[in-house]
Amino acid sequence: MIRRFGYTLKQAFLQVFRNKAMSLASVFAITAMLLILGLFFMIVVNINTAASMIEQDYDSIEIFLLDETTEDQADDLMKDIKDEPGVESVTYRTKDEALIELKSRWGDSGYLLDSLQENPLPNSIVIRIDNLEAADDVAAKAQTLEGIEDVKYYKETVDKLMKATNFIQLSAVIIMAFLIIVSVVVVSNTIKLTVFNRSSEITIMKYVGATNWFIRGPFLVEGIIIGILSAGVSLGVCSLVYSKVVDLIGKDLFAIMSTPMVPMDFMVVNMAWIFGALGVSIGACGSIISMRKFLDA
Amino acid sequence: MYMIMKGAKTQMIVFDHVTKHYKTNIGLDDVSVEIKKGDFVFLVGPSGAGKSTFIKLILKEIEATEGSILVRGEDITKFSNRRVPELRRNIGMVFQDFRLLPRKTVFENVAFAMETVHKKSKVIKKQVPQLLSLVGIESKAQKYPDELSAGEQQRVAIARAIANNPKILIADEPTGNLDPETAWEIMMLLEEINRRGTTVVMVTHAKDIVDRMGKRVITIEKGKIISDSIGAYKLEQAFAGHENMSDTLQHYRTDTIVL
Ligand SMILES: Nc1ncnc2c1ncn2[C@@H]1O[C@H](COP(=O)(O)OP(=O)(O)OP(=O)(O)O)[C@@H](O)[C@H]1O
Ligand SMILES: [Mg+2]
Repeated sequence: MIRRFGYTLKQAFLQVFRNKAMSLASVFAITAMLLILGLFFMIVVNINTAASMIEQDYDSIEIFLLDETTEDQADDLMKDIKDEPGVESVTYRTKDEALIELKSRWGDSGYLLDSLQENPLPNSIVIRIDNLEAADDVAAKAQTLEGIEDVKYYKETVDKLMKATNFIQLSAVIIMAFLIIVSVVVVSNTIKLTVFNRSSEITIMKYVGATNWFIRGPFLVEGIIIGILSAGVSLGVCSLVYSKVVDLIGKDLFAIMSTPMVPMDFMVVNMAWIFGALGVSIGACGSIISMRKFLDA
Repeated sequence: MYMIMKGAKTQMIVFDHVTKHYKTNIGLDDVSVEIKKGDFVFLVGPSGAGKSTFIKLILKEIEATEGSILVRGEDITKFSNRRVPELRRNIGMVFQDFRLLPRKTVFENVAFAMETVHKKSKVIKKQVPQLLSLVGIESKAQKYPDELSAGEQQRVAIARAIANNPKILIADEPTGNLDPETAWEIMMLLEEINRRGTTVVMVTHAKDIVDRMGKRVITIEKGKIISDSIGAYKLEQAFAGHENMSDTLQHYRTDTIVL
């Protein structure tokens, strides 16, 4: 078994090496494909986390009170709302509290708010919903109350965001499927070339009774080597790009959207798996396809 | 006619009413024949008679249209593709054009056949020199095929063919590219291999060799066996109906293998 594997591995590396130009071309093609995939992946994962965070953040309804509404009146409103089905908690937030919160959210850019002459934010009541289905009713009810300026309700926004995310994901899947097919074809053509170079060898192997898998082995490994090389290069590039992006805009993004970027190590680990799996399967498929005609003689 | 002995234990290859139709041509037409363990058989006949068809059927390179083919007692027409490698490990092949790998040394060419069937490299290192000395080219182990004479190349090919101890050795015009003297040396080598117990089936157009060897001769024409006897090449029968009788003593067509 080990002997067999040694032979296979040796042949495969020889093949990749002898066929430098084409192997390199395949690595480029698959790498390009994986980079696009990586890009999609990084974007989609971030949008997904952002979306789910925003969804959590905004499973609440915020009622902005008119300036003239007193705290007593606000208390009454809160009692009314609290009785509504689906309401988990109700809190009163003064305009000062709101400003402090906004400042912390803006982080480094928070000092911008210091220059304000007076606090433009209203007092508000924050309603936490424990049941998203009830949110619409609660929001509608809140609209009818006295002494309120506006009801901010984010469900629609979240829905839209989710739709956009789904759309991005779907298009990513379609584009990826297409790119994967292209990569398989590229690899299979590269390997066809080695198969062709070694055709007399293969003929003799068949005459002396080599099994198809023994013949296929080196080519399969050749494809897998090409796949792994591509995966490695893509992972390197994507990690580099991602860490730069996190460095550059991570903080600002957090300030504005109040959601952090997905951490670097999570990204790298996941991309390593995905690239590895894809690279290996593209290489393997390409090689098996390239040998198909050759072996069923 | 050679007597067909049903049920004998020593049968190596049995064709039982085998017919092979190609799309437009007939390769073999209802052929029945038995080749016994230890036989040395010449397969002769004009070009296009069906000799290569006969051999390809034994190797299961092509499928019989009808009939059954027994190799060492097993009906290979019923073999799945999975068992083809196993079949071929028991059959050594030698070709007119040697088919050595040009970028491998003599040693490597022979070792290659053994690697293919997963022999240990220790075993390979020990056995290859033995094989090379059996075929008389032990001194050329590190040479490349293009540094050898045609006769020497064919010896390498024979060493490779017997490297995995096949029970059957099939040679398709092994002397076709050799001068008479070298051809005869190769024949002596094949006879030696046969004497050691390997069944040999050899396709040839060389009447002089067939006559001189005095072995069993199966003559095929137009897909049928027209004669099967010990002794001489049946030239008259083999070429009855063929205007061009000179066509055949040396014949250079090289069968290409469909991959
Ligand atoms: N792949 C094929 N497709 C169609 N017809 C074929 C094929 N191979 C052989 N034939 C035909 O079958 C017949 C027998 O051919 P075969 O190759 O067995 O002859 P042969 O005796 O080996 O001839 P030669 O001495 O020229 O090698 C011929 O008529 C040939 O044209
Ligand atoms: Mg022939």
